[in-house]
Amino acid sequence: MTMTMAATGTSIWRTTIDSALVLVILAILPQVVDPYQTVLLTYGLIMAIAALGFNLLLGYTGLLSFGHSAYFGAGAYLVAFITRDLGAHSMELCIVGGMLGTLIIAAIFGFVCVRHTRIFFGILTLALSQVLWSLAFKFFWVTGGTDGIRVPYASLTLLGGLVDFKGGGSFQRFIYAYYYYVLALFAVSTTIMWVIAHSPFGKALQAIRDNETRARFVGISVRRYRWIAFMISGIFTGLAGILWVPLNGLTTPDILYWPFSGEIVFMSVLGGFRSFTGPIVGAMAFNYLKTYAIASTEYWQLLLGVVLVILVMALPAGIVGTAAQLAAKRGRSTK
Amino acid sequence: MTIFVIQILNSFFYAAVLFLIAAGLSLIYGVMRIVNLAHGALYALGAYVSAWIVGSAVGHALEGTLGLAGMLLLLPLGAIAIAAVGALIEPTLLRPLYQRSEEYHLLVTFGLLLILEDVMKLVFGRTPLSAGTIMDRMGSIPVGRLMYPTYNLFVVAVGIAAAIGLWAFIYRTKFGVILRATSQDRRMAAALGINVSRVYVQAFAIGCFMAGLGGAVVVPAQAAVLGLGIEVLILAFVVVVIGGLGSLQGALVGAVIVSFVRTAGIQFFPEIELAVLYLIAAAVLLVRPTGLFGRA
Repeated sequence: MTMTMAATGTSIWRTTIDSALVLVILAILPQVVDPYQTVLLTYGLIMAIAALGFNLLLGYTGLLSFGHSAYFGAGAYLVAFITRDLGAHSMELCIVGGMLGTLIIAAIFGFVCVRHTRIFFGILTLALSQVLWSLAFKFFWVTGGTDGIRVPYASLTLLGGLVDFKGGGSFQRFIYAYYYYVLALFAVSTTIMWVIAHSPFGKALQAIRDNETRARFVGISVRRYRWIAFMISGIFTGLAGILWVPLNGLTTPDILYWPFSGEIVFMSVLGGFRSFTGPIVGAMAFNYLKTYAIASTEYWQLLLGVVLVILVMALPAGIVGTAAQLAAKRGRSTK
Repeated sequence: MTIFVIQILNSFFYAAVLFLIAAGLSLIYGVMRIVNLAHGALYALGAYVSAWIVGSAVGHALEGTLGLAGMLLLLPLGAIAIAAVGALIEPTLLRPLYQRSEEYHLLVTFGLLLILEDVMKLVFGRTPLSAGTIMDRMGSIPVGRLMYPTYNLFVVAVGIAAAIGLWAFIYRTKFGVILRATSQDRRMAAALGINVSRVYVQAFAIGCFMAGLGGAVVVPAQAAVLGLGIEVLILAFVVVVIGGLGSLQGALVGAVIVSFVRTAGIQFFPEIELAVLYLIAAAVLLVRPTGLFGRA
């Protein structure tokens, strides 16, 4: 199997310059496009963080989780609890609290799940995520049941209280401020994930994915590495859930239900889970695809299902993988 | 005491339906190593098609000439329709993927689930469909001081008959031998001259038939609604995980365990009833990943 996980051959400078360019474009975009597009972009960036976390398990460790809704949902509900029950306003406090909580859940679930691989791992993650869903669904006096919990953006402050959203025109201000807030966290998350994926730890994960037995003989403690990868993956997806709540204004059990886990898998495959950037591109693309499918037809699930089936049958390498293949082919033909 | 008996009867009713679904899921996994995420949607489709067939028969005033037995005989038509759908899906969507890793199996069946959910919305609309006439016509029998619907007992009988029939089919017929041989070693079976592709189509169609039959027998008691298959799939997973993926006995025992825990849960600890089931599944996977009856 030939796999180019990173920009092999190109220098680290090239990667840095490319990502800086993308960041600059992303920073300029809200000045050019209308507020609705800015909101969509924010959702896209948030889902990209979730997919990035998810792909540390699928793309790098070779473990397909069908239960990542658990960490996204846990992050979202923790923010709701922190703002509602503790009366906190600081978004940073929500992030720290939410990530700590998600870490604990991912540590417990991961400890159980990494005892298995392949299909059993998938079913185990699914079953455990559904435990959280059923709790959120049934304990309505805590979680609001299917009504969920409201998290109004106006009650939150960013950057330790420097930015608040009171008074007139606050929604506009919130959209712009929150976009840059999310963009900054996206940049930080992507950088951290890039470092993790290219660190000796990341290489060890790839070794485990490609050949577990050999990895064990080299002296890698396979189960512990998988567990750590699971926790990192969970925290990233949890952060996405945390950031998602104020934008959505509401958290419901839907984001804990297993079809939402399927959506996270969908995004990563859409972009291409064999590359680092694949899940990011996939999450952004999926976000637009879903938004426009819902807006244009009542039968948007049908549309998404057809796209997924075609993708699996015809383009298993995803958007980024297929683009890379095309570029390679063109490169050969011009030589 | 009467309540207790009724709860036990209810548990067996759930167990019969769950067994039909889980047995199909397990059979498909056992033979072709595919975890079919669309299995619940196929069950829901079976419920819709059966309700629609019975509904149109009643609507066309065939009811008088049909009688109760006639309407009961209409129900399996839904299951046969689902088997046909399955025979269409396997060669087109699944066959090209057997050589690829199982992530793709899960994804393609997830895509299929999304498609089927909306196809049901498109074809049958948003209003729930039911074949309640059958249940009404069968009446009820006295249990202690209360009345119990006869139809539920009929479903239990169908479940038992399906279990015996499937067992005899797999362990006592030539096709069953071929099926088991293919399941154990695909390449060796092909080398012995077995047409593996055909066995796969047949196995998948039988699995889908079971899911469709589950839907068909449940629809006189409980209306077919959108999203019906999504929750049921997870329950069927719990059943096959407890019993062991790919094991028929496991599906039977798992279905009984899950139904009894559910009934007890609804009675005594309704808030954590579902959570307990998922936790049992997780615990079984942890201690004995092959389930109670599975093989490694």
